[in-house]
Amino acid sequence: MKDINLIRQPLGLRLSSYFFLLFWCILAAFPIFWITVMSVKLPVDAFNSNPLNVIFGPATLTQGKGLSFLDITIGLAVLVATAKLSTSWLVGMVNKFSPSGFLWAGWIIGSMTFGLLFIVVFFGIMPSILNFLNDFSGVLGNKIIGFSTEHYSTVWFEKGFIKNFQNSLLVTTGVVTISLTFGTLAGYGLSRSGSNLAFWILIIALIFRALPHSVLVTGYLPFFMNSAEILRPILGDYAPTFYGMPWATVAVLVAINQPFTIWMLRSFFQSIPSELDEAARVDGCSHFQAFRRVIMPVMWPGVITTGLFSFLLAYNDFLVTSLLLEAQNTTMVPAIASMFNMETTTTDQVVAVAAAVSIIAPLFFLVMFFQRQIVSGLTAGAVKG
Amino acid sequence: MSPKTFLAFIGPSIVMMVLFIALPLASVLKQSFYVTQPVYEILEVETCTPNFTGQVCVVDIKTIPIIGEDGIMKTKTSFVGFLNYQNVLEFPRVITAFANNSWQQFMAIDFWKALRFTLSFTLITLPLVLFFGLVIALCINNVAKSIRGPVIFISLLPMIITPVIGALAIRWLFIGDGILTAFLEWWLVRDIAMFGQAWTIELMMMFYRVWHVAPFAGIVFYAALQTVNQDTVESAIIDGASRWQKLRYVILPHLMPLIVFVTLIHLMDSYRVFEEVVGFSSQAHVISLQWLTYDFLMLDQTGNRSISRASASAMLTMIGIILLLIPVLRGVWIDYKGKRL
Repeated sequence: MKDINLIRQPLGLRLSSYFFLLFWCILAAFPIFWITVMSVKLPVDAFNSNPLNVIFGPATLTQGKGLSFLDITIGLAVLVATAKLSTSWLVGMVNKFSPSGFLWAGWIIGSMTFGLLFIVVFFGIMPSILNFLNDFSGVLGNKIIGFSTEHYSTVWFEKGFIKNFQNSLLVTTGVVTISLTFGTLAGYGLSRSGSNLAFWILIIALIFRALPHSVLVTGYLPFFMNSAEILRPILGDYAPTFYGMPWATVAVLVAINQPFTIWMLRSFFQSIPSELDEAARVDGCSHFQAFRRVIMPVMWPGVITTGLFSFLLAYNDFLVTSLLLEAQNTTMVPAIASMFNMETTTTDQVVAVAAAVSIIAPLFFLVMFFQRQIVSGLTAGAVKG
Repeated sequence: MSPKTFLAFIGPSIVMMVLFIALPLASVLKQSFYVTQPVYEILEVETCTPNFTGQVCVVDIKTIPIIGEDGIMKTKTSFVGFLNYQNVLEFPRVITAFANNSWQQFMAIDFWKALRFTLSFTLITLPLVLFFGLVIALCINNVAKSIRGPVIFISLLPMIITPVIGALAIRWLFIGDGILTAFLEWWLVRDIAMFGQAWTIELMMMFYRVWHVAPFAGIVFYAALQTVNQDTVESAIIDGASRWQKLRYVILPHLMPLIVFVTLIHLMDSYRVFEEVVGFSSQAHVISLQWLTYDFLMLDQTGNRSISRASASAMLTMIGIILLLIPVLRGVWIDYKGKRL
């Protein structure tokens, strides 16, 4: 397609576009970049009013915690190499070793091993090697930027963030699996039916999508707190109290998520021509077989995209988990609330900053690997409106 | 597809939505008309204290909650009609406030304060989100293809980040002598306390929300810009349309369905503004409707949760969002009927 926009664009307009985008990118990335910088400094530096002090961290340096020029160069080199490896070598290995039909399992195992390997090398082996090298490399080995990981170890080991992380993992896995299983069936059914019923179901789902989450939680909370008593006649003494159980919140989050999942998957299914399942039906498949053997294999991109958004909803949730779980046993996001509310010392504040960065780090990688899927998901909802 | 197979596909989701959404909603509706309270009994207690002249005895009348045999307080649930709604809406105080012609007194009532903020927040951020989304989309469309990818990557970050953390990240830039507060103080040569009064906090909350949602609008619009019919653009240019006219009469009409879509999503999402209140710890100055319900549900100082009040405020919140959505739903309905005729 001819791009006449580009040819006739006067220079001034193009330059201002570049300037605006530069401004926007700084605006978009700055808060995130800044809290990352803050999280590796001692409190005196992190909350300093002079931005240069926050970046270079003189107080952190005087305690002997810092990075040398050599550290930074080698660290960056390893990061770039990891990124390159993950996009080329890892793809090859996964494609080579996963049995056909289990490519998704190969990806899960592959990326987990890769991630684990990276963590061991980057955080376990590299610091000691670099310490050793710094002693021999003279000026290059002098520490120039304050850097301290103590807040991270406080968060993860003393504040018990590992427990919260496990809960987050449990809740997100549950939500993603259940919403996708139910959602693909419903989305396929709705996309292949033009009946009035289908229309009304979609409208009701839209209204449910608009519900503030606290409305639903108000309905759940009394039941969750008294579930042992209410269920006793049915389950006897095994009746559990749902309040405080991570897997019980999965049900609530799936319910919140389901209307959205159905809408999104429906619009993905609609982009698959119905001639495809008709062909399968002619060849003697039942509707369900056509769905499983013909439609699902071409649906993976849509399923992955919807799964990503379900993951984000479950991972980012604050309201549901903070109301339905006990303060000692929550997922990661509500756990941070208890950290920044104790405004006693600035150390606590920096610990909260480190916790915040720990929470958003996985999201950063998620965007990095799945940028295309996320963009297609954002537009998929819009295609049919 | 026959109705039977359709039901087989859709059945599990319908059962789930009825069980996990419709039933809880019904129970919220029911709870909002009932109150559960501990049962009290009135006891006469005689306490005697020794004194120089002998014993002095005082008879007190005390109300104590009855403890059941299992050690749990006995409670009684009773139908109270619209009492919970009255407790949330507080009409007597509203009338006093109006009689005194005092906006401040009116805004001292939690529900109205929350409603005021939620509505003004929704309506102020909406045009800003649409405008910045459009500008971002047009700019991305204007620059070289090679830098579009990285720009979209960076744009996605504010959108995808956990809302509480995003709000916190901006709060940390401003809190105390944070660098942006220090910068503003240096620039305006005056003392600034960003967390001292309601309007600055509201400003930061709105800034956060636009920062969080504008990328979404931007990417949706950008995708739609790729499908603008180039022939129409070309003929508009040949007819002597200026750049502005081209935008106004060719591109904006093409984007219209998506502007409606983003508006709809933004109305739904910003009406349930909540994470900002948590992230900026603004509850002393600014609260939202959803935060009000949340606060009723949390344990208060006496260790109780006011479930009935929360239900009433949840129902009121829900009525609000349905009222907001009616124009949109009417549009969808007319569209649907038009298609079938």
